[in-house]
Amino acid sequence: MSSTTNPPTHHTSTIGAIGAPSRRNTELALLVFAVAIPVFAYANVGLAIKNQVPAGLLEYGLGLGLLAGVAHLAVRKFAPYADPLLLPLATLLNGLGLVVIWRLDQSKLLQSLPHFAAAAPRQLLYSALGIAMFAAVLIFLKDHRALQRYTYISMVCALVLLLLPLVPGLGADIYGAKIWIRVPGLGSLQPGEFAKIVLAVFFAGYLMVKRDALALASRRFMGLYLPRGRDLGPILVVWAMSILILVFETDLGTSLLFFGMFVIMLYVATERTSWIVFGLLMSAVGAVGVASFESHIQTRVNAWLNPMREYQLSRQVTHDGILHSDQLQQSLWAFGSGGTLGTGWGQGHSDLIKFAANSDFVFATFGEELGLAGIMAMLLIYGLIVERGVRTALAARDPFGKLLAVGLSGAFALQVFVVAGGVMGLIPLTGMTMPFVAYGGSSVLANWALIGILIRISDTARRPAPMPAGNPDAEMTQVVRPS
Amino acid sequence: MNKPLRRIAIFCGLLVLALLIRDNYLQYVKADQLAADKDNLRVRIERYAHPRGDIIVDGNPITGSTEVKGRQFKYKRTYKDGAMWSPVTGYSSQAFDSSQLEKLDDGILSGNDDRLFFRNTLDMITGKPKQGGNVVTTLNAPAQKAAFDGLSKQGGKGAVVALEPSTGKILALASYPSYDPSAFAGDRDGDSKAWNTLKNSKAEPMLNRALRETYPPGSTFKVVTAAAALENGKYTSADEKTDSPLPWTMPGTTTQLKNEGNIPCKDADLRTALQYSCNTVFGKIGSDLGNDKMLAEAKKFGFDSEQFTPVRSNASVFSDHMNPSQTALSSIGQYNTAATPLQMAMVASAVANDGKLMKPYMVDKLQSPNVDTVEQTEPKELSRPLSSANAQILQDMMQTVVEKGTGTNAKIPGVTVGGKTGTAQHGVANSANPYAWFLSYAKLPDGSSPVAVAVVIEDESANRDDISGGGLAAPIAKDVMEAVIKSKK
Repeated sequence: MSSTTNPPTHHTSTIGAIGAPSRRNTELALLVFAVAIPVFAYANVGLAIKNQVPAGLLEYGLGLGLLAGVAHLAVRKFAPYADPLLLPLATLLNGLGLVVIWRLDQSKLLQSLPHFAAAAPRQLLYSALGIAMFAAVLIFLKDHRALQRYTYISMVCALVLLLLPLVPGLGADIYGAKIWIRVPGLGSLQPGEFAKIVLAVFFAGYLMVKRDALALASRRFMGLYLPRGRDLGPILVVWAMSILILVFETDLGTSLLFFGMFVIMLYVATERTSWIVFGLLMSAVGAVGVASFESHIQTRVNAWLNPMREYQLSRQVTHDGILHSDQLQQSLWAFGSGGTLGTGWGQGHSDLIKFAANSDFVFATFGEELGLAGIMAMLLIYGLIVERGVRTALAARDPFGKLLAVGLSGAFALQVFVVAGGVMGLIPLTGMTMPFVAYGGSSVLANWALIGILIRISDTARRPAPMPAGNPDAEMTQVVRPS
Repeated sequence: MNKPLRRIAIFCGLLVLALLIRDNYLQYVKADQLAADKDNLRVRIERYAHPRGDIIVDGNPITGSTEVKGRQFKYKRTYKDGAMWSPVTGYSSQAFDSSQLEKLDDGILSGNDDRLFFRNTLDMITGKPKQGGNVVTTLNAPAQKAAFDGLSKQGGKGAVVALEPSTGKILALASYPSYDPSAFAGDRDGDSKAWNTLKNSKAEPMLNRALRETYPPGSTFKVVTAAAALENGKYTSADEKTDSPLPWTMPGTTTQLKNEGNIPCKDADLRTALQYSCNTVFGKIGSDLGNDKMLAEAKKFGFDSEQFTPVRSNASVFSDHMNPSQTALSSIGQYNTAATPLQMAMVASAVANDGKLMKPYMVDKLQSPNVDTVEQTEPKELSRPLSSANAQILQDMMQTVVEKGTGTNAKIPGVTVGGKTGTAQHGVANSANPYAWFLSYAKLPDGSSPVAVAVVIEDESANRDDISGGGLAAPIAKDVMEAVIKSKK
């Protein structure tokens, strides 16, 4: 580390305590850009749509700056050695998301739809709550290992969260997927977004304990280590759970996300490739099996294979009892019309997607208005967040931290892939939201909590090693540990 | 645990890479195809996002654009005197596409034409809104007004075409009943209602009769037959006695060809035969010359081929493989013979232009938004159906028709007018309303011919004699010719 900077007279065991760069100033500098870019984008939208700089520019800039400042101070105070990239990247995405949501609020077409309400002010509120959540995680979660204690409570919480949308009277079926609950006075919630984090805690705690049994007690067969029958239990349970989600909540994305996250964590915990093979086989069997009788999944797959046909069906009266939607084709047109450089902020027509244009399909607006260049930049930002998360897992010193970090990062990566892949027609469409940019309180809150936990783990990982107990024989060389 | 972690890092990288590749495919490889997809509403939103260029007559726009507040398609087409000009402009509707000049020159009018690319790019850089170019037509507003007013006063279905013989410029192109394209230029319910009403109307107001309807030309076709007789040397002067028995039985049949009324057609010279419109004389000329020679002459006048003005005109018909009696009937404008009003105006125009037929056209030039000329149409010779000498003989005969024959209604003081009337029977056993025809040209004292006109009217009151062509159609032709002459002064 920084041994060369220390005077040779000092005892070597105390050296690591000083001088590890905290990188907080790097983070601050990056945050300035993360706030400035959305402010310019906001001004740009106003100029494009109304030919004037939007009236709320100053407030918006100050608001976003304030949120970023609060988050930064929280990190500086409670997680001084945290990764410097995570917060600025998340802030940038959140800021751009706000701009796009405000831009879609200005659309005459969307305003003319029933149940229209301006989404940007609410999203700003959610973002503030999200930052508060982020700060709360840093303040109250002094050490991520504390979460280990809640392994089985987490499991119960996750199950409850996942089952909530199925409770009659509470669950809401929105466009075929039953992943929402309606809370009177609060609006709709997507408990699955929170379940993602809680489940990661459960998996990490569980796998940390069982990893040796799962990894070592196995037989070798055709180059693969086959687990014992009784060790198959947990993966079967999680598999069954995701199948149930798929069947009852008819949401391919959530199901895929949870199962994928579990397989990733299982693989990291046991270092056994056989679990990946099993995981892939089981998800293939599950997906094909459910798709063979679940018409909603079939509709999604058909729409993915032939979006143009779906578009035409949506424009005529059909009697097959299926709700045909032109959204995917509209989304593809939005991307295509954006081309390489995009139309520019506020000049696209992604409002033609109509329903969920600012949530599930928000990425299409980025695609049309920022073009290939903008989308590639955004995908790289998401990629960077994921890789910083995995880097945190690598750097973490405890297995629980490693598993939790890779689980959260992996889930984040899968979610980005499932949503972006869905709206770009790479895979069938599912009802999930693009982290940070999509409209939705649950999503914003949960993702800020996720970033908070990653920052906490990275802080622990990058924090200089604690000083060993003082050696009574070397009293002369003992130094006071800097606070 | 670090080895699997590194592999997970690579796996996550691959997920992002897959998205990047898909995005490149979508936004680069397939971008143009998706952006130009006909179902992609952006194509139409962009199309109506800027005011459209104008169609111009005599320096004044006959079209316009108006902003529709709060609609997805921002600008809507408007028309001045839409019903009068619609045979020229066609329509441009947000809901029902476009037709005729609006469609053919859409690139210039919408500003999307490749020839405007440089200017558009410049405008984009300087931040100026995109503009469409203009289409400058050859039409003559007073002549068009005279034509349309004449038709609407008359009240029946009909059409008028006026040409400038020396260039082929279309000066008037009217059809009646007509429609106002403003009525369905938008995309609202009212527009659909107007469109459906027009489309379902029995009167077919959206049919461009001047270019797209063919009528049996009746006796006006005798001008072509006379031209064939002169060109083929069967007769060499207007006053040479013809070999025309009366009554005349058509070869190969026992049917006698009848004249209308008791008129002096026996061995009549061409001048007299045209003046009284003798079926027997011209029928016999046709069957004597034979199908091939008649067809060759008709084709020289433009029969049997479509004309592109650039708006397409239907091909007029003179049949092939006819026996002598059918040829005889065809030569007096009956049997299968059918002509568009444009075609008959071309016949009059070729005669007036000393035998030289000019290609008819209605677009003088295309202009960029800053009125630079993008494309200029040059007059083009289509064919020579008549020698100059024969054309003068025919002019002489046609002037007699107006002077003391069936076309006296077209006389204009101080101007030499030549013409020919016609009444065409049609329908089963000739039961339908006959068509009244008149074609004519005007010649000024200096020998120049500023205008040739064809008028056709379908009307209940048309009598089955040549007078009706002269009675109903000739006054309209006269008004149109006068309007052109007056505007030239």
